[in-house]
Amino acid sequence: MASARAEILEWFVQRVTGAILAVCVLVHLAVIVYAVQGGVTSKEIVGRVGGSVPWLVFYSVFVVAVALHAPAGLRNILREHTSLGRRQTHWIMAAVCLVILWMGFRAVIGLYGLGA
Amino acid sequence: MMGHRNHANYWAFLVHRVSGLLLLLFLPAHFFVLGLAVERAADMDAFLSWTEMPLVKLAETGLVILLAAHMTGGLRLLAIEFLAWRDWQKTVVAITGGMSVAAGLLFLLNAV
Amino acid sequence: MSEQTITVDIWRGKEEGGFQTFQVPRLASQTVLDIVTYVQRNLDPGLSYRFACRVGVCGSCAMTVNGKPRWTCRTHVDKVAPETGSGGKLTIQPLKNLPVIRDLAVDMTEFFEKWTRAGGQFVPTKTRNDDFAEVSPNDPARKQASAGIECINCGVCYSACDTVAWLGDYLGPAALNRAWTLVNDARDGGQKARLQAVGGSSGCQSCHSHQSCHELCPKHLNPTASIAGLKRATVKAALKGDI
Repeated sequence: MASARAEILEWFVQRVTGAILAVCVLVHLAVIVYAVQGGVTSKEIVGRVGGSVPWLVFYSVFVVAVALHAPAGLRNILREHTSLGRRQTHWIMAAVCLVILWMGFRAVIGLYGLGA
Repeated sequence: MMGHRNHANYWAFLVHRVSGLLLLLFLPAHFFVLGLAVERAADMDAFLSWTEMPLVKLAETGLVILLAAHMTGGLRLLAIEFLAWRDWQKTVVAITGGMSVAAGLLFLLNAV
Repeated sequence: MSEQTITVDIWRGKEEGGFQTFQVPRLASQTVLDIVTYVQRNLDPGLSYRFACRVGVCGSCAMTVNGKPRWTCRTHVDKVAPETGSGGKLTIQPLKNLPVIRDLAVDMTEFFEKWTRAGGQFVPTKTRNDDFAEVSPNDPARKQASAGIECINCGVCYSACDTVAWLGDYLGPAALNRAWTLVNDARDGGQKARLQAVGGSSGCQSCHSHQSCHELCPKHLNPTASIAGLKRATVKAALKGDI
């Protein structure tokens, strides 16, 4: 059944992005713990990630992974605790994915651009 | 109503679900603040100095704990689903809980 | 010897109904099934309940006792409602997640329908004219199957599963556990259809590993582990294009 296949692969994507995010989160947490020593300013943030291709790549992967990971979890919550059906949660998922991509890349590319 | 739900693996599920939802709700705010650096750097610095307040630091520590809890809980799930079964999973739950708190404390100690 | 009694709240009615309170004499080594039987024989013959073997092998007497689904013939009153000054309190309800026929008896139809829907039937590949299939008990797949075949369809896991409660069409731990035992059966010829049946959001992908099933199974089976196996098998099949 086509929908079973789609649901299985959607589940798998959530697990794979989860594994990717584990790495991203570890790096991110380490950076944040280090960076907030002595307070942080926008200049410091831009100084670190602005114009840096490695950070651009890292945070782009991070944003895409979150955009694919989070909506799946939200969908489970909606399917299990509200009366929303398959189709409705599908569209909500897609919308949340797009919002995360848009807001995330706006921040990532914006910060990168400031230092280029 | 806890009745049949009163066991470690269920609490682990609850923490994982709640932390995921809270993190999802936090994300837009987080991206918005970062986006401020592009056009409204002064606003961003004002916001960042506001975050120096102890109460905000405490909230941030809470966020770090949520993130660490969700991540360690997720790794636990990946182990359950993709690796051979282990019977001492309740111990794993305790370990993941401990690691989350440790991460939060690390953040707090460095931030103040 | 002063007679100790225990206060028992028993569900009467269907989904709509209410608790009725009885005072039942406490006895040594008393089980919850003894309590229900005493009420029906001495206090209210109209009480509906189910039992058969009374000795913990058939699974018919499963009910919700103080919030947990259990075999009532194997639940000692002293364990779930220990004596306090007032003699302790016991609350008995029908199994959750299943329609109530009356009082403590539930309709198991949907439980068995899901068993069938999940591909719970063996699909033979040999005839009586063929040689016996040779399956070593040490074969890893056979061990996986053997770990789950003692299920007697009592419904405790199904009743304990919150995903069943939250997602009406979720196949449930027992049906999926059975499917896993057959997925691991080298003699079975219905694997493709079975994996198709257990995959997706009404199937194994919806299990969140709460493990209430594993905690409460009176036969100490582990449906969560079986479902984890199904997750791996369905993903493999989906990536290969078999689903």
